[in-house]
Amino acid sequence: MSLTRIYGLFLRHFYLITRSFPRILDLVYWPTIQITLWGFISNFFATHTTYYNNAVGVILTCAILYDFLFRTSIGFNMLFLEEIWSRNFTNLFIAPMKIGEILTALVTTALIRSLIGLVPAILLTSPLFGISILELGIFLFFLFMSLYIFGITLGILVSSGLLRFGPSFENIAWSTMFLLAPFGCIYYPVETLPEIFQKIAYILPLVYIFEEARNILMNQTVDIENIYNAFIWNALYFTLSIILFYYSFNVAKKKGTLINMGE
Amino acid sequence: MKNLIEVKDIKKNYGKKEAVKGISFNVKENEILGLLGPNGSGKTTTIGMLLGLLKPTSGQIFINNLKLEDHRIEILEIINFISPYIELPKKLTVKQNLYVYSKLYKVKKIEERIEYLSEKLRIGELLNSITGELSSGQKNRVSLAKALINEPRVLLLDEPTASLDPEVGDFVRTFLEEYMKEKKISILLASHNMSEVTRLCKSVLMMRNGEIIDQGNPDDLIAKHGRTNLEEVFLKLSRSKSEFN
Repeated sequence: MSLTRIYGLFLRHFYLITRSFPRILDLVYWPTIQITLWGFISNFFATHTTYYNNAVGVILTCAILYDFLFRTSIGFNMLFLEEIWSRNFTNLFIAPMKIGEILTALVTTALIRSLIGLVPAILLTSPLFGISILELGIFLFFLFMSLYIFGITLGILVSSGLLRFGPSFENIAWSTMFLLAPFGCIYYPVETLPEIFQKIAYILPLVYIFEEARNILMNQTVDIENIYNAFIWNALYFTLSIILFYYSFNVAKKKGTLINMGE
Repeated sequence: MKNLIEVKDIKKNYGKKEAVKGISFNVKENEILGLLGPNGSGKTTTIGMLLGLLKPTSGQIFINNLKLEDHRIEILEIINFISPYIELPKKLTVKQNLYVYSKLYKVKKIEERIEYLSEKLRIGELLNSITGELSSGQKNRVSLAKALINEPRVLLLDEPTASLDPEVGDFVRTFLEEYMKEKKISILLASHNMSEVTRLCKSVLMMRNGEIIDQGNPDDLIAKHGRTNLEEVFLKLSRSKSEFN
């Protein structure tokens, strides 16, 4: 692994972000809108039911966590798509970069992109709604870590599809998160789902992450098993995504996708 | 002179379609080999295999005596490529693009290298310009700077002067001639510009339907086929396969 090359590829995307105001605005705009919208919805419910009166922070916290996951996954895909859109894809793959270096550079850049959106959202929740996500304490770090790994995993899976099938796979990149959201139990307990859906939900790390966030905020207790399960499933999916990426790269070399991607 | 590129009986099939049908050739140090052929003849597929972007169905490729299949990264460190079909990120400045690629190729004295190429390729005044806002001629010279950023020993050129005006085209050709003399590199030039190939190449390969149908010195090929220039030879070979089988 070469830090110089990783830094080089990081710079390529950092320059792009800092050169484009709409891109910076896009990073900040959507999380802010999302958080504001959900904050007002939370406030509305809080004034209408006793239950939601205690749960404003829960809904808003879950919205922030979900948005972080969404930004991480989409952010990773965007980095990959930027190379296709700018017709720079071939240049990148004829540079002497190992696949591991490309992935590490993209994973790091995706984290920074997500944090650029996350920090303003967290800062806004306190003055606007009197709620701090930091109430999750040290476990917030583990929840964010799990979401980050899963977001990156989805990003790598979609990028594998782009490598294998070319730019036509682009639309899948945008819809992945929406497809998984119902099973993630972001805003409601897993019991809300029909039984068959619950079985699907339990093989995703998301359900453990959001169940635990609600558990900490509403019961002020910590269930380590949820955090553990989230990491186990994450480790499995992350490993599978890396294997699939390498496999797709080899298939792309056989099918010619890499050479046609820039055209 | 040693061979920097050695291609041994490479084939590439896409399903049942045979894009390249077992071709072999060498490119020596300090040599420009022209790769000619009509669209779909297998030129781009051949270049793709030399760059490691395509896996040959069979056959072997050696660059600087290293087998491509086993030494992809080491080979990519000493090779580079230019094509009108690929571009540098448009929103970055020219200097940012060259800086990024210097990092990807682990260039040691980056500023020195960028300064050298800027002077040679007359892009000094463009360094702070946005790449996407450059003219075709300017973009071409910037792409060439990127292709030379790692001081490649092997340069693959796919239509390097396509869509350039004659003045810029001549500048690029003159630059390539001088650069090759100075650095003793190997160049594989795929082009449809026959006067360019006649001027730059001492040897050419003629491809059609994934096969090499003739090869040799441009002057010898012109004499062999009884034509007055390489373009006429190209047209003859492209249009009638039966004459040469």
